[in-house]
Amino acid sequence: MGIRFVLMVNKQGQTRLAQYYEYLTVEERRTLEGEIVRKCLARNEHQCSFVEHRNYKIVYRRYASLFFLVGVDDGENELAILEFIHLLVETMDRHFGNVCELDIMFHLEKVHFMLEEMVMNGCIVETSKSNILTPIQLMDKTS
Amino acid sequence: MKPILSKTVKLVFMGRNKQLSPFQNRSPSGSSNHRSEQSSSSNSEMTTGSSTSSIMDNLFQRTLDDLIKSMRLQLLNESTFISKSIEDIRREIKSTDPQTKSTALEKLTYLSAIHGVDMSWASFHVVEVMSSSLFSHKKIGYHAASISFHDSTPVLLLITNQLRKDLSSTNHFHSSLALHCLSTIATLDLARDLTPDLFNLLSSSRVFIRNKAIAVVLRVFDKYPDAVRVCFKRLVENLESSDPQVVVAVIGVFCELSSKDPRSYLPLAPEFYRILVDCKNNWVLIKVLKIFARLAPLEPRLGKRIVEPICEHIRRSGAKSLVFECVRTVITSLSDHESAVKLAVSKIRELLVDQDPNLRYLGLHALSVAAPKHLWAVLENKDAVIKSLDDEDSNIKIESLRLLMAMVSESNVVEISRVLLNYALKSDPEFCNEILGSILTTCGGNVYEIIVDFDWYVSLLGEMATIPHCRKGEEIENQLIDIGMRVKDARSQLVRVARDLLIDPALLGNVYLHRILCAAAWVAGEYVQVASNPFELIDALLQPRTNLLPPSIRAVYINSVLKILIFCLGCYLDQDEGTASSYCGNLAGGQSEMFVVKKDTEALELATTYEGSSYEQDEGFNPRNATAESSDDLSVENDTDRVVTILSKKNFTHESIVNLLNRIELIFGSLTANQDVEVLERVRNVLAFVQLIKAEVIDNSCQNEDTGGKKYTQVSAVIKSMHDAFSTELGPVSISAQGRVAVPDGLVLKENLDDLKSICGDIEQTSSSSFYTGGSQFGTTLDASSSNILKNDESGPSNESTSLLEHRKRHGLYYLPSDKSETVPDDYPPANDPMANSNINDEASELAKLTEKSLLLKKRTNQTKPRPIVVKLDDGDLAPISNKRPEPRDDSLSGAIKDVLQGSQTNPSLSQSNPLDKSSNKRQEKKKLGADPPSEMKENLGDAEKPGPENPNSSSKSKERRRRGKEKIVEGEESDQRGKKKSSHRHGRRKTHERANSPLNVVSQTPVIPDFLL
Repeated sequence: MGIRFVLMVNKQGQTRLAQYYEYLTVEERRTLEGEIVRKCLARNEHQCSFVEHRNYKIVYRRYASLFFLVGVDDGENELAILEFIHLLVETMDRHFGNVCELDIMFHLEKVHFMLEEMVMNGCIVETSKSNILTPIQLMDKTS
Repeated sequence: MKPILSKTVKLVFMGRNKQLSPFQNRSPSGSSNHRSEQSSSSNSEMTTGSSTSSIMDNLFQRTLDDLIKSMRLQLLNESTFISKSIEDIRREIKSTDPQTKSTALEKLTYLSAIHGVDMSWASFHVVEVMSSSLFSHKKIGYHAASISFHDSTPVLLLITNQLRKDLSSTNHFHSSLALHCLSTIATLDLARDLTPDLFNLLSSSRVFIRNKAIAVVLRVFDKYPDAVRVCFKRLVENLESSDPQVVVAVIGVFCELSSKDPRSYLPLAPEFYRILVDCKNNWVLIKVLKIFARLAPLEPRLGKRIVEPICEHIRRSGAKSLVFECVRTVITSLSDHESAVKLAVSKIRELLVDQDPNLRYLGLHALSVAAPKHLWAVLENKDAVIKSLDDEDSNIKIESLRLLMAMVSESNVVEISRVLLNYALKSDPEFCNEILGSILTTCGGNVYEIIVDFDWYVSLLGEMATIPHCRKGEEIENQLIDIGMRVKDARSQLVRVARDLLIDPALLGNVYLHRILCAAAWVAGEYVQVASNPFELIDALLQPRTNLLPPSIRAVYINSVLKILIFCLGCYLDQDEGTASSYCGNLAGGQSEMFVVKKDTEALELATTYEGSSYEQDEGFNPRNATAESSDDLSVENDTDRVVTILSKKNFTHESIVNLLNRIELIFGSLTANQDVEVLERVRNVLAFVQLIKAEVIDNSCQNEDTGGKKYTQVSAVIKSMHDAFSTELGPVSISAQGRVAVPDGLVLKENLDDLKSICGDIEQTSSSSFYTGGSQFGTTLDASSSNILKNDESGPSNESTSLLEHRKRHGLYYLPSDKSETVPDDYPPANDPMANSNINDEASELAKLTEKSLLLKKRTNQTKPRPIVVKLDDGDLAPISNKRPEPRDDSLSGAIKDVLQGSQTNPSLSQSNPLDKSSNKRQEKKKLGADPPSEMKENLGDAEKPGPENPNSSSKSKERRRRGKEKIVEGEESDQRGKKKSSHRHGRRKTHERANSPLNVVSQTPVIPDFLL
C-alpha cells in the first residue's frame, strides 16, 4: 500500500499529527507510536534516516523541533519518501509562511487536508504544491 | 479551470446557506469572532425554537482552539483534563444544534487522533454530522469517519446513501470528501454499492475528482474484486491521459495492484514503456520502475526492451531517488544484462563512499540485494563494507554485517568468526548480539554446511556463551545439543566445552546463560563416556550455586548427575570384574570406536572372561586424566579430616565411589523439600537409587576379600540395565516424524478440540495448588526450605563479589580449580573480560585480507582434517516452509483483471488509433455492464489466452450468501424501494459473472505480450 502512516512528533515525543492508511485500534496506534518515537528520536544526525521496525520501514526527517515520520512498505523508495516529506514541509511553509509547530497544532485540519490532497490510500497522488494548495486557498478565500 | 471551479462552488453554497460561508474555518486568531459567529447561529436557532439548554451549550462551548490552548497550559495533569473535556463533549454532542454538535465532534476527533481517546461510542453522531448540508460540518463529519470507522463499525450500513449522494454531488468538494472517506473505510458492501458511482467519477472532467476516484479504486478492488469488471477499463484509459496529475495517480494504483499478481498486467507493458521513456516526472518514473521490476522476470523479452531506457536514466538523471530505483530494478530484475549490472554496481560504489549516511545505508542495502547473484559486486566493494562495520549508525553496521556474512565461506569461516567475535566483545550489547546471532545462523545454516572443523566450532560456541552481553542462550543451546546428536566426532570436544562451562561458578549467576548451561549439563550426562573426568563433572553439577538455576534446568542437572553416576558405577563394577579392560581399552583408543561398546552389550559379557589383566590396563587409563590430575589440587572433604583423592591413578576406586554416593546423598537430601515437582521427583528417584546401591556397596566391601568375584550381583544387574538404557544413542528427529506414526486402531481422534478448553481451564486454575507439594501438612518444612533458599540467594546476584568470596570459603571443596590458571582465585572476574582493546583498524584490515584470501579461492583447499560425518535426515531437517496459498480474494481480483484485460485486448489499439472514440467505448462498456455475457465469453475464447483455473465460484457463492443476508438487513432498516430494485439488478449481473467464469477454466495459457516486444 506504499505509505502506511504519517506521523509528526515533536522533540518531546508528543504526537502532533497522526494519519494512518490502514486501520489500527487506538491501543495499537499508541504502542506503535511509542515504539517508533523511542527508536527514532534517540538517533543523531550522523545516522541514517531509515529505521526498520516490525514490518514497516520508517523514513524520518527532522525539521527544527519537529520529526516527520513516514511508515512505508519494505519495497518503497526511501529517497522518494524523504523527498515527499520535504514536499509536505514546503507546502505547509508556503501556506502558513515560516511554518512552525504551533501552526500545525492549531491548523491540524488544514494540514490533514493537505496530506489528503497529496496521499490517498497510501499512494502519492499529487506532487505539485500549487495543486495541493488550490482547494485550501479557495476555502480560505470564501470563509 | 480554477476560476470556474470556485464560481460553481460559491453558487452552490450561496444557494444553500446565506448565513454561514461555505468554507467556514477555524483559525486560532479568529477564535473570538468565531464565537460571535456561533452565537449568531444560535440566535437563529432560537427563533426556530430549539431548547434553551442547547443555547447555553452553544454560548459556553469551547471551540477546538480553546481546547488546544487550555491543553497547552495544563502541563501536569493532561489525562484528567482530557477526561473532563470528554465529559463536556459527551454532553455537547447530543445537542440538537448542528453547530454545537459538529464542534463537539471536531474536538473529539482531535483528541482521538492526537491523544488516542476512544471515539467509537460517537459513531452515530459522526453519521449525523456527515449528513449535514453545510460543508464545514460535513468536513468534520467525514474526517471523523475516516479516522474512527473500520470494517466492523455497525453504522457503516447507514452511510451508503449519504456517500452516494455526495459522490454524485454537483459540488465537487463534497465528492472529494466522500472519495477520501471511501478510500479509507470502504468495506465489501460499500464498495459493491458505490462501484457505479465511482465508475462515473473515473471519467470526470475535473482532474481534481478523477485523480481521487482513481486512488479510491485501489481500495474498492481490494474489497470487491468484481468491481474490476466495471472500472478497470476506465482505469486503463486514464493511463493514456495526457494530464500529468492523472498519470501520477494511475501509476500509483497500478504499482500497488501489480505487487499482488504482476502477471495480469503484462498486457499493459506497452503503456508503461511509453511512460518510462516519455515521462519527466520522477515520482511517476519511480513507480513505473517498480512495476517493471515485477514484470521483467516474467517475460524475458521485456527485459531486453527496458534495459536501455533504464541505463539512460541512470546516466542522465540527477535525482538520487530515481537513480537508486533504477539501480535496484537492475540488480533485482535485470541481473542477466551484464553491462547494466556493471553500471548499477558502479553507482552503488558511489553511494558507498558518500558522506550522507542515508546513501551509504542504501548502497549497502543494494549490495545485499545483489549479493546472492553477484557476489563479485560485494567483493569489489568489500573495503567499504568492512569500514562500515565501525559506522556510527547501528543500521549501517547491521547492514554491513549481513554483507560480511554473505561473504563467509568454508575456508574463511574460522578467521572471520574470530575477528567478528572480537568486534562483538567491544561493541554495545545490541550489536554484539546481532553479531552473535548472524554467526550462529550462518554457521548453523543448512546443517552446518560450512563447518569443517567441529572441534573449533564447538569451542567457539563455548566462547560465545561466556561473552558478557550474550543473549543468544537459546540458539547456542539448540546448536550444542544438535551437534552432539549429529556429529559423533565432535562429542569429546563438546564434553570438554560443557565441562568448562559447568565448572565456572560465575556463569551460574548470569540468567541469560542458563539455557546454555542446561545444554552443557545434558551434554555432560549424555556423552559422559568420552569425558576425561566424570567425577569432576559431577562436582560441577552439584556445586551449591546451582540453586540459582530455575527448577526446569535444575532437573536437567539432576538427571545428568544420575547418568554420570550410573556410568561411574558401571565402570567401577566392570573394572572390579575385569571387564573394565574393554571399556578402558576403548576409551584410550580412538574416539571413533568408542561407540561400539555402547551399542554392543555382548562385548561386556565377552570381556568378563579377561580377568586379571584389568589392573595393568587401568594404570594406563586415559592419559588425559593423569595430566589433569597433576595440575589439580586435591579436593578436600568438607568436615572430616580425611583427604580423599578423587582422581587417583585408578579412577574408580571403592573409596571414590562411596564418596561420590555420600556426597550425592548429602546434597540431594537438602533438595527433598524443594517446591518444584520436576526437581523433587528426580531428586527422590536418585536418592532412592543411591541408598540402594550404597547399602550393597558398603555391605559387600566388608566381605570383599572373602567372596572375591561373586559380589554385587544384584546391583550390577540393576546398573547394567540402567547403563544400557542410558547408552542408547539419541539422534536428531525429523520434523515430520510425528506424522509418520500410524494412528493405532480404535483410537478416535477428535477433529474439534474445543471441549478441551473447559478441561484445560480447570487445570490452570488448580495447578498452582496441586502441582506443588506445599500443601498444608508440609507447611513448616516448606517455610524452612524456602527461607533457606532465600538465605542462599542472598549470596547471589546482589553483592556478588564479597559474598561470593565467603561462600567460596565455606564450600571451597566444591569449586574445582579450573584448568585455566589465569583466573584469579580471590575475586571473581566477570564471566569473560572484554578483550583488551586492540586497534580497530588493524582488525578491519585483517578482515579485508581474510575476505580477499578466502573468497577468491572458494573451492575447498586441501584440509588437514577431513570433515566429520554430520547426520542428516533425508527430509524434514528444516521446518517446512508453510506453503502459502494465494488468498482466494486476490485470486478473484487478478482473475477479474485478466478477464477484463484480455477482453479488452482488442481495444487499446482501437482507442489509441482514434482517441476521440472514447465515448463509444464507454457506451460499449455500459452495454457489457448491463448484461451481455455471451459476447464477453466469445471474446475470451477467441483470444484464447485465459490462464488456468481461476474459479471464484465457490468463494463467490458464499460471498453471495453473505451479501444477500446483508441486503436484507439494509432493506429492512431503510425500507427503501430502491434497495430492492438494486438487488434484483445485482442478481442479474451476478449471474452473468458466474456464467462468464465457468467456460474460462478450459482455456490454456499463453503469455499475452503484444507485438511491441517482437
